[in-house]
Parts: sequence; structure tokens; C-alpha cells
Amino acid sequence: MDLLRPSFGLIFWMLIGFAILFFILAKFAWPVITNGIAARNKKIADQLEEAAKIHEEMESLNKKHEEMMAQAKAERDALLAEARKVSEEMYDKAKQKATAESQAMIEDAKKAIYFEKMKAITDAKNAIANFSIDIAQKLINEELSDSEKQEKLVEKWMEDVHFN
Amino acid sequence: MSYKGFERKLAVVLCTLMLVFPCKFTLAAAEETEKFDAGPFIIEHVIDSYGWHICGDGDKSVSIPLPIILFDEGHPVVFMSSKLHHGEAAYNGYAMGWGDNKGRIVKLDGNYADYTGHLEEGQEYEAHVCKWDISITKNVCALFISLILITCIFLSVAKRYKEHPNEVPSGLQALVEPVIVFLQDEVITPSLGRNSNKYAPYLLTLFFFIFLNNMLGIIPIFPGGANLTGNIAVTGILALITFFVTTFSSGKEYWKDIFNTPGVPWWLKIPLPIMPLVETIGIFTKPFVLMVRLFANITAGHIITLAFVSLIFIFGQMSPAIGWAVSPVSLFFYIFMGLMELLVAFIQAFVFTLLSAMYIGMAIGEEEHEEQAAVVEA
Repeated sequence: MDLLRPSFGLIFWMLIGFAILFFILAKFAWPVITNGIAARNKKIADQLEEAAKIHEEMESLNKKHEEMMAQAKAERDALLAEARKVSEEMYDKAKQKATAESQAMIEDAKKAIYFEKMKAITDAKNAIANFSIDIAQKLINEELSDSEKQEKLVEKWMEDVHFN
Repeated sequence: MSYKGFERKLAVVLCTLMLVFPCKFTLAAAEETEKFDAGPFIIEHVIDSYGWHICGDGDKSVSIPLPIILFDEGHPVVFMSSKLHHGEAAYNGYAMGWGDNKGRIVKLDGNYADYTGHLEEGQEYEAHVCKWDISITKNVCALFISLILITCIFLSVAKRYKEHPNEVPSGLQALVEPVIVFLQDEVITPSLGRNSNKYAPYLLTLFFFIFLNNMLGIIPIFPGGANLTGNIAVTGILALITFFVTTFSSGKEYWKDIFNTPGVPWWLKIPLPIMPLVETIGIFTKPFVLMVRLFANITAGHIITLAFVSLIFIFGQMSPAIGWAVSPVSLFFYIFMGLMELLVAFIQAFVFTLLSAMYIGMAIGEEEHEEQAAVVEA
């Protein structure tokens, strides 16, 4: 068995052995293994893709959510502002109304007081006038009792007319 | 005990052995009267044999006897190699060859045709070689062991894929999967393109067969140690299979390129068909080179490691002191070569597979033209 001389026995067994090995592995091992690897690669790729898709979806959802949040916030702010405005308006109105009413009441009161006062004054005037007339009547009656005095009076009146 | 502690203790033990063992062996070598001859010692360890030698020398040697199977003139003959007593005895007229027939089984002629017993030294025997010898030799035995090993490994891996699809690889699966994926992505697909699936089983089988046997060849004790991929018959068969696969999968373009090589001046083809001749020779040199490369690389690695071991004995016979001094250096180089061989084991398996894939891809020759067509269309 030289180093460079192939022996018949080894060639024989090698051919048979390698052929058997090849057929066993080609039938039962390699397809299963390579298909297994390919299937797993595909699954991983699919899952990655799906994950990317889900991520994208999540992002868009997030965006939408944020948008909705922002919108809701804006709406809330708007509502609050409106409510404040309305309440302020109501307050102002109420205040104005109250002021106006009180003013009116005061006015009424003033008028009433005025009327009462005027009435009282008129009454007093009338009373005074009546008194005056009574007094004047009495006086005139007394004065016109003698003629000298009547003349003097006429003269005096005339003087007054003159100065007017 | 932690792994680290164990590692350290193991290193200490191994280093001690490295210093003690050579001492013992150099002393033994010095005592031996017969002069140590490194050449035959190395060749004996590299070539095939009828028994599997385990340890010891001469009469004290321990080896596993293997069956010898012969077809002598149409009759099957089977007996154990131990009957021949390492070539010192004949059994039913069969003996180990000598001279030109050294290492082969011969049938004694004449008076000794059915002789069983000790062969006298110095006596002339007439003999002829038994041609049809399909003995289970050391290499055949190693071949069977490796076949069983590979089958078990890959069937168990395949089972794991079948039973646990789409799961994280574990155990053996995790060990072989990266290699398979590497071969598919770096060797098979680039060379064969869309024909990958058709040839992948052959190329994967080829790679793992060569790689595992290279690795087993590095292990110095049974069940490793047989120089199977360093045997020219084994590499020859592998190259031959690649040759047949290449030839039978060849397309029209392959032959056209050989007989009417494009891109060379006409006067290289007519009147003297130099290029066709060169190309035709190339068909055969490719597998031949495959055969020789694997054989030479693996055998050379073994020869060098054995040479470093032999150095201890050579120097030991000069003087035990020198032998003792040389042995650590020798062992260092031995270990270094062993590590080199680990690398070579992978590289050679890879190269053989890669070149096979490339030859087959070139023979099919579809991919290139499709690519060209694609370029033209673009």
C-alpha cells in the first residue's frame, strides 16, 4: 500500500459508502435542513416586516391620538373660554341690570319724594295763599274802612307803576 | 470546582506530562538496539493498513484486528488480519506482501499454496498479488465510522428541524447550521445560482465528509487517526464524482468554449488545435488537481507532525539528554502543527467544495448568459 497507489478495496468501499451517505443525506437530511432554514428565514423576515408594519400603524395611531388629544384640548379650552365669557357676560348683565334697577328705584324714590315734596309745597303754598288771601281780605277789609287810607294806597300803587 | 480552576489544573497536568513523558520515551528509545528510522515510521502512520494499531511496538503491540476479504479466483476468502501476525506468518497460503508488493496481500505459490504458519526469514517464496481485495482496512473502518457519525449527526439535526420548526437552533443544530448557511450563501448560491437546490445536497455532503474526516484524522488515537482524506483513493473518488457531475451537467456552451474557445486568436485553433487541446486537458486536470490538493495537504500535515515526534526519538538515540532537551521544542511544534491542521482541515474541505461548485457552475454555464442577457436588456 504505497502512498500514491490507490488500493482497490478502498475505492470499492469509498464508492459504496459515499453513495449510501449521499442518498441518505440527500433524502432525509439536506431537504429538511435547508427547507427548515429557509422557512425560518422567511418567518423571521415576515415577522420583521409585520413588526415594521405594526410599528408604522402604532405610530400613525399615536399621531392620531395626539391629534385627537390636541383637538380635545383645544375644544376644551374653547369651551372653557366661552363659558367664562358667558359667565362674565351674565355677571356683567346682572350687574348692569341690578345697577339699572337700583338706579330706577332710586329715581322712582327720588321722583316720589319730589312729588311728595312738591305736593307738600303746593299744599303749603295753597294753604299759605289761602291764609294770605284771608289775611289780605281781612287787611283790605280793614284798610278800605276809611277813604284816606284808600287814597294813600292808590297813590303808592301808582308810584310803583311809575317806577316799573 | 469552577470551570476556570479546572482549566488551570488541566493545563498544569498537561505541562507536567509534556515534561515527563518525553523523558520516559527518550530513555526507552535510548535502550532500543534497533536504530530508529523516521522514514518508514512516518509512512507507516500515513498509509493504510490491515489492522488498526493502537499502541506498543513489535511483539508487544496492541492493535484491533480487521477482517481481510479477498476474491481469489472467484472464491470469497475472509479471515482476520491478526492471523498474519504483522506479516510474519501465512494463513491458508495468504501472507503480507514484501518487496514490490509490500503492504498488499499475496497468495503463495507452489508448495506453500495452503501453508499456515510462520514464514522463515531469508527463505524464498513465490507469490502473486491478490487483485480483488476488498478488505476492511484501517481506512475502510475509519470510513465506516465517519459515515455513521455524519449520518447520525445530520439525521438528528434534520429531526430537530422537523420537530421544532422555526425555533432557535440549539445543540448540534446550532453547530452545523452556521456552516450550512455559510456554504449556501458563500459557495453554492454564488457558483450555481438558480441551480443551487439541485447540487446543494452533493456539495454539502462533500464538504462535511471531507471536513469530518480531516478532523478525525488529526485525532491521534482510535476512532480517529486514520489518514482517510490523505489517501489518494478517497480523494480520487471524490474528485471523480465531481468530474462526472461536472461533465453530465454540462451545457452546450461548455463544450463550445472548449472546442472553439472564444477570445483567443484563430491561429491557436487552426490548423493546430492548440487551445482545444489545452482546454480538453483542462477537463481532466481540474479533478486531478482536486484529488492531489486534498491528498497532499492532509498527508503533508500528518508527515510534518510525525516528523516532529520522530525528532524526539532520533535525538533520544544519540543521547537521552539531547532527546529530553529537544522534546519540549518538538512538542511545541507538534502542537503548533496540530493547530495548523485544524485550520487546514476546514480550508481544504472548503476549497474542495468551492472548486467543485465552481466547476459545476461553469459547466452549466446558464447563469453567465442570463446575466449578459439581462445586461443587454437593461
